[in-house]
Amino acid sequence: MSAGAISPRFATPPNAALLEVRGVAKSFAAVQVLKNISLQIASGEFLTLLGESGSGKTTLLRLIAGFEQPTSGEIWMSNERLDTLPPYRRRVNTVFQNYALFPHLNVRENVAYGLRVKSTPKEEIAGRVEEALRMVKMAQFADVRPATLSGGQQQRIALARALINRPQLLLLDEPLSALDANLRKQMQSELKALQREIGIAFLFVTHDQDEAMALSDRIALLRNGALEQIASPREIYARPATAYTAEFIGQTNLLHGEINNGVARCGSLQWRTAEAPGAAVFSLRPEAIRIANASLQLPDAVCFRGIIRQQIYSGASELLEIDCGGNQTLRARIPASGPLSGEHEFVFSAADAVPVFESPSAHGERATHHEPR
Amino acid sequence: MYSRLYKTVIAVPPLLWVCLFLLLPYALMFAHSFWLVRDGFLVHRWNLQNYRALFTNPLYFQVFLRTARIAASVTLCSLLLGYPLAYYLSFHAGPRKELLYQLVIVPLWVSYLVRGYAWKTILGSDGVLNGFLQYLHITHEPVSFFLYSPFAVVLMLTHIYTPFVFLPIYAALEHIPRPLVEASQDLGADRRATFLRVILPLSIPGLLAGATFAFVLSLGDFLAPLLVGGPSATMIANIVQSLFGAAYDWPLGAAISVCILLITASLLFTTERLEKRWSFK
Amino acid sequence: MKSANSQQRSPFLTAYAVLVFGFIYLPIVVLIAYSFNRDGVGGFPPRHFTLGWYRQLFNDAAIWDSVINSLLVAAAGVALSLTLGLLAALALDRANFPGKALFRRLVLLPLILPGIITGLSLLMFAVFAGMQLSLLTVFLGHGTALISVATTELFAGLQKLDRAQEEASLDLGATPWQTFWRVTLPNLKLSLIAAGLLIFTLSMDEIAVTFFLIGRDNTLPLEIWGRLRRGITPEINAISTLIFAVSVALIVIWYRLRARTIGTQAQELLERP
Repeated sequence: MSAGAISPRFATPPNAALLEVRGVAKSFAAVQVLKNISLQIASGEFLTLLGESGSGKTTLLRLIAGFEQPTSGEIWMSNERLDTLPPYRRRVNTVFQNYALFPHLNVRENVAYGLRVKSTPKEEIAGRVEEALRMVKMAQFADVRPATLSGGQQQRIALARALINRPQLLLLDEPLSALDANLRKQMQSELKALQREIGIAFLFVTHDQDEAMALSDRIALLRNGALEQIASPREIYARPATAYTAEFIGQTNLLHGEINNGVARCGSLQWRTAEAPGAAVFSLRPEAIRIANASLQLPDAVCFRGIIRQQIYSGASELLEIDCGGNQTLRARIPASGPLSGEHEFVFSAADAVPVFESPSAHGERATHHEPR
Repeated sequence: MYSRLYKTVIAVPPLLWVCLFLLLPYALMFAHSFWLVRDGFLVHRWNLQNYRALFTNPLYFQVFLRTARIAASVTLCSLLLGYPLAYYLSFHAGPRKELLYQLVIVPLWVSYLVRGYAWKTILGSDGVLNGFLQYLHITHEPVSFFLYSPFAVVLMLTHIYTPFVFLPIYAALEHIPRPLVEASQDLGADRRATFLRVILPLSIPGLLAGATFAFVLSLGDFLAPLLVGGPSATMIANIVQSLFGAAYDWPLGAAISVCILLITASLLFTTERLEKRWSFK
Repeated sequence: MKSANSQQRSPFLTAYAVLVFGFIYLPIVVLIAYSFNRDGVGGFPPRHFTLGWYRQLFNDAAIWDSVINSLLVAAAGVALSLTLGLLAALALDRANFPGKALFRRLVLLPLILPGIITGLSLLMFAVFAGMQLSLLTVFLGHGTALISVATTELFAGLQKLDRAQEEASLDLGATPWQTFWRVTLPNLKLSLIAAGLLIFTLSMDEIAVTFFLIGRDNTLPLEIWGRLRRGITPEINAISTLIFAVSVALIVIWYRLRARTIGTQAQELLERP
């Protein structure tokens, strides 16, 4: 598979900053949709913009594509100013959410579109179209109209149509959201493999955190138009910076309490910590809590007793809802081990209680006492 | 779900009416075209004399050619005015789109006669336009060719049919999903290329519908020549009208009408096929 | 989300659009202006504002007789077209019968054919049937020609109708006739009104078909037409201005009705559990 046909020539060396968003803000009428965003995308990186609807992720994507102008701030690509260019002059291509394939052109003509508008010679077009279709495994559909294709097939064509232009950056606007669950999983792994092979930077937008974790080199979590955290999936999961991040990605228990004299106290739980004194919130993942037994040795073990109120079975594991007394409820995820009830002793490692902070985008919104999911 | 009685009750009355008051009259017209007038009386003898007269006498062909030319000019001018207007409203008008649309529709509700009359008062030798030009000292004498000429007919009919042409084009443009326009730009096509490669092809059904409507109705118009056209702009429908009036020859008039009808029908048929070919779902 | 970059808005296109709008409205503006002009219909600029022509208009009995004639014909035409149009729309939507395709085309013909052809055909029919030309023949002409408008509009309304509502009505014990009155018709209210207004306006303005079917009593357009043969006076401007004003008023009413009906429907949607 000649990925060389697709990777951009004269590309910035891998891992160098390809795209820079500098202090970009965007308002529509009186509504500020993006507030002072700054981030970088490295060449060859798979970066996901993750967030709820209204978080501004699609707006940011459209700013980079060129369909909107920033209200303030700048966007640079390969050391040249990007946001002053119209979309048709940017070395950026987009895979749209509903694919936006041209209904009046067949598959071949759709894929060739970007080359034809630049007056590429016919022989070259033919060869590159064949290549692109083979890459997305749609070679036999070259002469049909898009309307006859299924969602998954249309999505591949949209991909080929974008990639054939050898963009430096590919933007994907929730391209898998219209597919059903199984097809989605399949396309996720194909997409990841494709990106690795071609080596082009992908900027992927989604609201699905599982998808983000599966595909990305880094995740940029957006909330209310501001960047909440940007880190690799593992890092963002293990060390969420804010309570919002901890709850948005994966499940968690939010422990509210106080730190005094190097000891953290949250309800009936306490452990030693080096964090600064004062009010604090900790994120504790459910899988970090185990049922205590003699053979279990955890570093910095924190023990507590609780009554199991609910047991929610889900095949490989189950979720326990534990009443620790004093209005404190924790959730633990343990490997499925048969029905349980009554009072038990539980244990977790102090290192797993990650301190999280009020997010900067909260703007005075207090981190309310959330019931852990 | 619907009983036979229900279906009969709803289908029969309109069917009957339409057969009696549409099918039968059109059939009568068709029949008349094969009859004759002799000594001021209608003779029901079947023959092709009327049609032979139409095809041999050059007068009819000349008038018909002039009519076709006028109709084509009206269609072309209406398109040149109506399409950019529709494009502007659909893609550039922003929040004022709905209001502007209503503003385009308003003249449609205003009487044909009223609008034609307005042009008559504007274009005449004593009319507003001449007065305006003389007031600005651009001309010193009234210009006579504004009124009572094919030019006036084309002008008036263009004015009438531009909103008619605008409507289906606007509808077609509104139906184009905006992501397609963005995708085209994303792939490197500037506004001109995007228009030529994406917007225009997808708007063709609307364009055809509007153009056909304007052409066919202009072809059969007899009022505009009477209002603003004068003798130099006599159109084929005027001849028909006089044959049913002072020149009393119903069969000949019927024959011309049948020809107009056949031309209209074949035009409609052709554009319908073309529209189907150019519509993509 | 809008795709047009504000910096890409073409000034030429905007200017062109303004010009086209100007072209469309110029004659109407001139017409209205000169209806107040003392010195007649031509020349420039209009001086000497007067309401004299309107006064003359109000005293012109022939014109108002023709207005009444037009109203009669239009009202009857609306009734006929809506009834037959509704039946035709229902038939096209729900029944299958031999010649259905032909029927559909036939019904739509008067809409797309030049009026002279329909007018002359009906004239021949009237002569054939031994009818005297009068307002009755005009009414028949309008009603028949405008069935197509009603059919198109009501057919579109039927397409939007949720079939399940009618099924629910039948399920609850209503007969088809009751269902028609209690469920189908109320749902078509908007389409009926829209079609009615359109047919009314088209009938008031109709000339081509009317030209050949008119007897002794004139409709308004033909009365004006007759005047034009005799000579132009600003009185015609005056009546034209009034026609324009009424037309605009009708559109505004139609628009408000539409907005309110949609508003009520939206309200009902929100209140549903």
